[in-house]
Amino acid sequence: MAHFDENAKPFSNKWLDERIGLNTLKRVLNTEYWIPKNINFLWAMGMVLAATFGILLVSGIMLLMYYKPDANLAFDSVNYTIMSEVGYGWLWRHVHGVGASIVFLIIYIHMFTGIYYGSYKRGRELIWLSGMGLFVAFSAEAFSGYMLPWGQMSYWAGMVITNLFSMGSLELNGIVEWIRGDYVPGDAYLTRFFMLHVLLIPLAIIGLIVLHFGTLRLPHVNNQESEEIDFEESAALWKAGKRKESKVIPFSPVFLSKDVFVMGVYFILFFYLVFYHFEFAMDPVNFDPADGLKTPAHIYPEWYFLWSYEILRPFSKDVGLIAFGVAQAALFFLPFIDRSPNVAPAHKRGLFQIWFWVLLIDMIVLTAMGKLPPTNPTFATIGLIAAVLFLALGPILVVITMFEKKIEKGA
Amino acid sequence: MRELKILAVVVFFSLLTYYLVEPYAHSQMHKHVEGHNFVYTGEADIEECAASVKQCKAMGIKTDKAQARESAKKAFWSEVKTIAALKGNATAGEAGFAMCMGCHNGSGVNMGGVVPPSLEHAGALYDKNYLIALIKDPAMASNVDHKYKDTMTHPMGSIKTMFTDNQSIADVVAYVMEKKAGEITSKEAYEEACGRCHAMRYAKLTQLGETPKFKYEKDALAYKIKVLDEQDAVKAYMGKLPPDLSIMIRARSEHFMKTFVENPQSQLPGTSMPRTGLTEEGYEKVKAYLEEVGDPSKPKREATGPWVLGFFFIFTILAYLWKQSQWRDLH
Amino acid sequence: MEKKRRDFMGLSLGLFTAAGGIGALYAMKRTWDPLPSVKAAGFTTIDLVDAQPNKLTVEKWRGKPIFVLKKSADMKKDPRDVVIGDDHFLVAVGLCTHLGCIPAYVGDEHKFKCACHGGEFDASGHQIFGPPPSPLVIPPFTIDGTKLVLGEAGPEFNKMKDSGLIA
Repeated sequence: MAHFDENAKPFSNKWLDERIGLNTLKRVLNTEYWIPKNINFLWAMGMVLAATFGILLVSGIMLLMYYKPDANLAFDSVNYTIMSEVGYGWLWRHVHGVGASIVFLIIYIHMFTGIYYGSYKRGRELIWLSGMGLFVAFSAEAFSGYMLPWGQMSYWAGMVITNLFSMGSLELNGIVEWIRGDYVPGDAYLTRFFMLHVLLIPLAIIGLIVLHFGTLRLPHVNNQESEEIDFEESAALWKAGKRKESKVIPFSPVFLSKDVFVMGVYFILFFYLVFYHFEFAMDPVNFDPADGLKTPAHIYPEWYFLWSYEILRPFSKDVGLIAFGVAQAALFFLPFIDRSPNVAPAHKRGLFQIWFWVLLIDMIVLTAMGKLPPTNPTFATIGLIAAVLFLALGPILVVITMFEKKIEKGA
Repeated sequence: MRELKILAVVVFFSLLTYYLVEPYAHSQMHKHVEGHNFVYTGEADIEECAASVKQCKAMGIKTDKAQARESAKKAFWSEVKTIAALKGNATAGEAGFAMCMGCHNGSGVNMGGVVPPSLEHAGALYDKNYLIALIKDPAMASNVDHKYKDTMTHPMGSIKTMFTDNQSIADVVAYVMEKKAGEITSKEAYEEACGRCHAMRYAKLTQLGETPKFKYEKDALAYKIKVLDEQDAVKAYMGKLPPDLSIMIRARSEHFMKTFVENPQSQLPGTSMPRTGLTEEGYEKVKAYLEEVGDPSKPKREATGPWVLGFFFIFTILAYLWKQSQWRDLH
Repeated sequence: MEKKRRDFMGLSLGLFTAAGGIGALYAMKRTWDPLPSVKAAGFTTIDLVDAQPNKLTVEKWRGKPIFVLKKSADMKKDPRDVVIGDDHFLVAVGLCTHLGCIPAYVGDEHKFKCACHGGEFDASGHQIFGPPPSPLVIPPFTIDGTKLVLGEAGPEFNKMKDSGLIA
């Protein structure tokens, strides 16, 4: 039975500490949550993502007040009611659209940071896996959200992507109709994706974020040299006042102050895009109302899906689907196909550094090719090479890391 | 500093990706179309015919039909030029204009598939050369002659029998340019130049004009049927119902809109949308209305932007100072 | 151990951010506001030229039923009447002032009777029996020829208001 001081004033520090362990919480999550000192601004991307998710949540809540999830009403509820009638409706719509696109830029930067510094290794495998789970959840959230304005791109992207579930030569058309709730994307399809976008997937995302933080706490955050830090030793130094000598800083207020500064810079870019430069996130094609009898001249997914889309395209139907599936799953296995014991930044890992830049550039090439019409033979060839290369990078990594020279401590 | 180098790398790859996915890809998807700055001398039309002659040659098809079209266009526009050089007498033109009012009387009656537009501000909206060409041969002038075996069957085709000599054309156009060129609001510009084919539901405009308020549902439904009937007539004339323009200003790029309105064939070859003949000022007025209805938050957006960005600039400076104060003694 | 000046920077940042937060909250409040189309629909025009004496018509204004009753010659005049030419009308919100049910008009008795708890109003809207605490509410109105515009307070309405007849 816990001890309760009768003289403690209600809602005072002591009173709360006795009941919810407030001081312990403060120490564990803030003032004694030790973060390595040797970090750069890339370490702030996690908080930037949390802030962006928060912005998407708030702007989404505002939009939810007026959006009508009905195939006949959806388009005008967004483009008329919200954009011209609702006070600041245009602001929430722009914030939500731009936010949904920018969040993936930050996700990719965050992911590549983790790959570069080996933050998926040595005790951090679950952080990587929960992070990949978040990537999948955000992708599903973005896709379901894009359906909602019910423009031409919403409809035809829905048509194309649900058609994938026929599983190529298996021709599982029944499954496709079941997913849609109708023969074509229609009202039933819209309302169920509305449910996913507004309730189910956000709940999954929140759960995964909790898991992501939970799996991070014990292994602690990584650092620029991927050095294995004795956190207890450094924490003792800090608490003794030897702050210069300590290799760590407390999350609050020191790490937080750097986070907030990076967020400030980020928000300047973010709101510049929201007010002045938003066509990349709000494609004109989606300002034509959905028409099942007219296909737009060019159909393409949002930019963050283009690399996946491009892996689907160069191959025959079944091979393409398999390649697509493999590509989605491949990144999950990263902690396990990296056979090297080295936990170090890429520039200290010989061939791994080359592998890293090849991966990055390959994904950019795939992204660029995915946007271009498939009719040009040059682009089609480049796309094929890039897709094959991406699939090969997995086995190549196994080989590279198996023969990677072990880095001696202190090197 | 290492951190700046890292930032430079991140910014470089982000901008590279943006460039490839947006400006570059869009330049590959949509070939650039040259406009003619709302000058109507037939240059665009003749170029199109010349291009199709070339295409016939390349495909090994006989070029006589295409070449005949090209010569007909050349002859047509050179005659327009001749008429434009004549001095038009507005007083003499008034009598001619009375003939126009036979159909262009604002009664809202559908004639041959479409309601003849009001000419109340035609002098302010449309180009002089275009008006001359329109009276000479409406289908040729509006670049939809490909729809007709004989351009006399255009709903306005019989006009060439009413204005048989060039001087009368010059006179009536002079009258219009002088007497029908009053101040026009952007909404009026839209209604006159576009409204009889294109509805705008966000502005409560149909092909029959502004939708009145009805007390009884029965009356509202009866009006709706009238609108549907009119839309059917336009659809039969055009081949499909011209799209609602409520949000078109956000659904097409600025360049597309400009070149399309000037010459629909340039962006949608084979379309049955006629050239409108708007001058640059006329187009700007129509565009202003399209923006008013399709992008009404634009002024507010441009007013609020600097405040929000200013806020975050100061926020970032304060955040930097706080960060500095926290990290000062740590290195 | 925290030096005073460290707090100052964090505090000023915090205050500045809070100011921005208030701006955001203002935008959210405006999003919650009734839409212009809703506020515009707050005006209803009723043409009284065809009204029959002692025949109740029920119009709609701001989602509520509105009783319009042209008084016949034998019905008592009342300072709350809307007068157009020689005609006297009862124009009132058709919701019982007790708990909001719609009372039914009994033409023979020149009375409104509410089924919910037995309240009764006379042909001028005064409560005469049962639980209703006050007369039927008169909505803001203005007279435009033979037309009545509800939602806009005209001089006749303001006169009634100043005399305390609206209650």
